[in-house]
Amino acid sequence: MYPEDFKYTREHEWVKVEGDVGVVGITFYAQQALGDIVYVDLPKVGTRVEQGKPLGSVESVKAVSDIYAPVSGEVIEVNEALVEKPELLNRDPHGAAWLAKIRLNSPEELNNLLDAAQYQALVAEES
Amino acid sequence: MPAGPLKRTPLYELHRELGARMVEFGGWEMPVQYSSIIEEHLAVRRAVGLFDVSHMGEIEIRGPEALALVEYVTTNQASRLNAGQAQYSAMLYEHGGFVDDLLVHKVADDHYFLCVNASNQEKDYRHILRYNRFRAEVEFASDRYVQLALQGPRAEQTLRRLTATDLTAIRYYHFTDGEVCGVPARIARTGYTGEDGFELYLAPEHGVRVFRELLRAGEEFGIRPCGLGARNTLRLEAKMALYGHEIDASIRPPEADLNWIVKMDKGEFVGRAALERLAAAGVRRRLVGFEMLDRAIARDGYPVYVEGRAVGWVTSGGPAPFLNKNIGLCYLPVEFAEIGRTIQIGVRGRLAEAQTVRTPFYKRAKSNP
Repeated sequence: MYPEDFKYTREHEWVKVEGDVGVVGITFYAQQALGDIVYVDLPKVGTRVEQGKPLGSVESVKAVSDIYAPVSGEVIEVNEALVEKPELLNRDPHGAAWLAKIRLNSPEELNNLLDAAQYQALVAEES
Repeated sequence: MPAGPLKRTPLYELHRELGARMVEFGGWEMPVQYSSIIEEHLAVRRAVGLFDVSHMGEIEIRGPEALALVEYVTTNQASRLNAGQAQYSAMLYEHGGFVDDLLVHKVADDHYFLCVNASNQEKDYRHILRYNRFRAEVEFASDRYVQLALQGPRAEQTLRRLTATDLTAIRYYHFTDGEVCGVPARIARTGYTGEDGFELYLAPEHGVRVFRELLRAGEEFGIRPCGLGARNTLRLEAKMALYGHEIDASIRPPEADLNWIVKMDKGEFVGRAALERLAAAGVRRRLVGFEMLDRAIARDGYPVYVEGRAVGWVTSGGPAPFLNKNIGLCYLPVEFAEIGRTIQIGVRGRLAEAQTVRTPFYKRAKSNP
């Protein structure tokens, strides 16, 4: 369920590091807890984000939830497909529905995140 | 919210078995969704959906003075009901604000059956007792009923399989005491979705079996168990009020666009004097529907701006799954409340454009009944 090569936050975001870029998304558990996602607010390219601070938000039919940046850095690309098709987040949260790519400025921050086994345990606890 | 442990309906375990996600609502632990709010919403608009709404409260009023008490504590005219007929009504404080909205069913000349909101039921009961100078018998009957709502264009065909009662004879806002699955049931053609459908009142011990049987009977139509999430989006599209949102103790019926359930000429009732004063002074704010023009979703409590000034607030807002728009209801000063006005909603630190529109947002095509 939760890819081994991702790192996870306690707030249910994931990041997959490719070189000095982190691809960021929300987890399967997050989309399931939110229910039907109908709106995604993405940061602008060029925005500097900080680990643990808001990156954007997603809205389900019922409610708004903040998304927190799992790593600090500069947003270099956002997934525009989600603007028209936010429901992709329900269908493929670990793949096609990535949210943003961030150029990492402090890779050592990855040590603050959970690995797949730790995240799995967190989800088991919460559900 | 009331303190203490959350209450559960007799169907709680069944909801878990059906995969429901449970949430707190008005002191109750209720299913918010089983599969997807959007799919459940569309099932009700296009086919049929089944809700456990046993958290709703029931109050029975009996005796020769039953009508006198009902007329005194509610705003609509109960004396116009025939036995087997229901009406939407409200209970007000002396100051004219809402105690609750409710359905009044006339069972017989000396027996009225009230269906009230879950979180208000104890308050409603105390309110009625307080004004019971007629010495009618008032019973807090919530524990004697489960309430199931079967809603959608296929509701009648679904229910028909489980009852000998002639459903075609039950017109909208009418009810009959019959049987469903061989057990006594009050079968009312009422609902909170904007669709045709039924609300069934049964003894608690039959709730689980009747719920299961209804799901089976509706299988070929694509019936879905539906949670409070879809119940809320459905009622919003139909512009039906939700206590704590469109109405509460600070709101009076003319403001909430609910003058049609207030019969000023029926005689004395609690709140009437305040409404007369309000009519003389003039209503200052009104509930108005809007659609988002910008890509944004308005939520309950967001501020509403006209020409840069905060002038009102959103009472309910969100996506309308059938209409495929983002809609909402808000209170605006009457001078800004006309249809077609552009307004701004304060959405999480920015202003998003919306336009006031005619309501209800959704109205089903008129057919029988």
